[in-house]
Amino acid sequence: MIRPGAIAIAGAAETTALGTIPELSEIGLHADAALNALSDAGLRPRDIDGLACVGPMRPQMVAHYLGIIPKWVDGTAVGGCSFMLHVRHAAAAIAAGYCSNVLITHGESGRSRIAAMPRLAEPGTLAGQFEAPFGPLGPPTLFPMPVLRFMKTYGVTHEQLAMVAVVQREWAARNPRAFHRDPITVADVLNSRMIAYPFRVLQCCLVTDGGGALILTTAERARDLPARPVYILGSGESVETPMVSQMADFTSSRAFRVAGQEAFRMAGIAHGDVDHLMIYDAFAHLPLYGLEDLGFVGRGEAAGFIAERNTAPGGKLPLNTNGGGLSYTHTGMYGMFALQESVRQLRGTAPAQVPGAKISVCHGVGGMFAASGTVVLGNEPG
Amino acid sequence: MSTIKDPVTKGQPPRPVPTPETQHFWDGTRAGKLLLQRCPDCGGKAYFPPRPFCPGCGSRRVEVFQASGRARLYSYVIHHRPAPGFTPPYAIAVVELEEGVRMMTNILDCPQTPEALELDMPLEVVFTRLDDAIALPHFRPAKGTRA
Repeated sequence: MIRPGAIAIAGAAETTALGTIPELSEIGLHADAALNALSDAGLRPRDIDGLACVGPMRPQMVAHYLGIIPKWVDGTAVGGCSFMLHVRHAAAAIAAGYCSNVLITHGESGRSRIAAMPRLAEPGTLAGQFEAPFGPLGPPTLFPMPVLRFMKTYGVTHEQLAMVAVVQREWAARNPRAFHRDPITVADVLNSRMIAYPFRVLQCCLVTDGGGALILTTAERARDLPARPVYILGSGESVETPMVSQMADFTSSRAFRVAGQEAFRMAGIAHGDVDHLMIYDAFAHLPLYGLEDLGFVGRGEAAGFIAERNTAPGGKLPLNTNGGGLSYTHTGMYGMFALQESVRQLRGTAPAQVPGAKISVCHGVGGMFAASGTVVLGNEPG
Repeated sequence: MSTIKDPVTKGQPPRPVPTPETQHFWDGTRAGKLLLQRCPDCGGKAYFPPRPFCPGCGSRRVEVFQASGRARLYSYVIHHRPAPGFTPPYAIAVVELEEGVRMMTNILDCPQTPEALELDMPLEVVFTRLDDAIALPHFRPAKGTRA
């Protein structure tokens, strides 16, 4: 097993702009983020010998566009948490000696759709045969499918689910780059436009343009580079099913549990050691599943935990401090932005800085509970 | 076999394309039968969606059987935007069959409202013909239980 802290993030940056970027195509967003991250790390494209981005065929596009000659490539594409898996795979590759400096890039023209990756639905797949004929229309209809069962099982109220969006807007209000910054109330959420009951538009993620990039290397090398190193203490990954209707337990994600437990085990940390938490919030119920499946609270306790402001500014477990996918940005694959916020918090450069944050857990989802990746980061090598 | 009616009122929903591994299921719905598979090596445990082996133990010695068609409403969303073949608002539901498996479906003969769609309400299967090759398994409130 890789020693916690053996590999570090030596460069991290988002695209120069975020939100609506009609002047860049998708590959251009990859490149803008990559160049910003290289600058942050004090490196040039020729220093990079490992490359990861969400496929299919993306690694060769990005390598060619940026003039990178990789000897290690990862095109893992399991949805919005793919970047957590890239971090995990890259750490292993560097530790194994396959490569020295890995660049992970994300670019997505989710809003402007300029040369964007096609969204395919194949009618012969199991999802095409056994879900598509019943009228789902993308994530807003599929992701909330388990929510009513979760609410009935644990007695969660609509007001509590609205509080997720309210609290995250409080964080976003502190972040000049957040897409939405105006305060909202529970009543605002519950009176906003219905998308797919029980969720209204303020409980659904944004659709934006943007990107981000990370550079990983050995801890030793990272200490010689200009940016403050952020160490990889542990990581985990898993998948469950591409069909939300077939997830084994509608009140808990198996992929979350497997990825989270492995990341905590590798890092050798307890929940009380965690200063800062990111849980990929494509929709308002995801922080509830994340808090419970990662073991921060007991079964059925997450909704009350958030409603009682434990994750809000000033609370004991700061969560989604950039404003999250609900208020900060969501290109379609938000995991990269969750990782960027964890890095900022551990460098001490976040707009809504958590004082003295030393350990951050960054947890992602791919598809509709289909995949998961968890990364434990620290600003000390462990 | 019912005809397409509320909430499926306009156009055609995305049409499933059977594969060799799922053809028996769609042959079944066309004949008015809901066919599942089960594994004798796993105590006859039913599974879904179809595949020619048991997802529990990997055994290829599996059998096809007809489900009772009885189910309960497990979870759902009510979609408020238009989609091909559907007029909003319409519910997209997951039902749990008496045999233990869950499947996505639509709920017919029932107002598409949170008040009418009560979790755990008993349902029964009904088949909706799309064309000569495909009938979709839909569900409606079980007879004798409607208000």
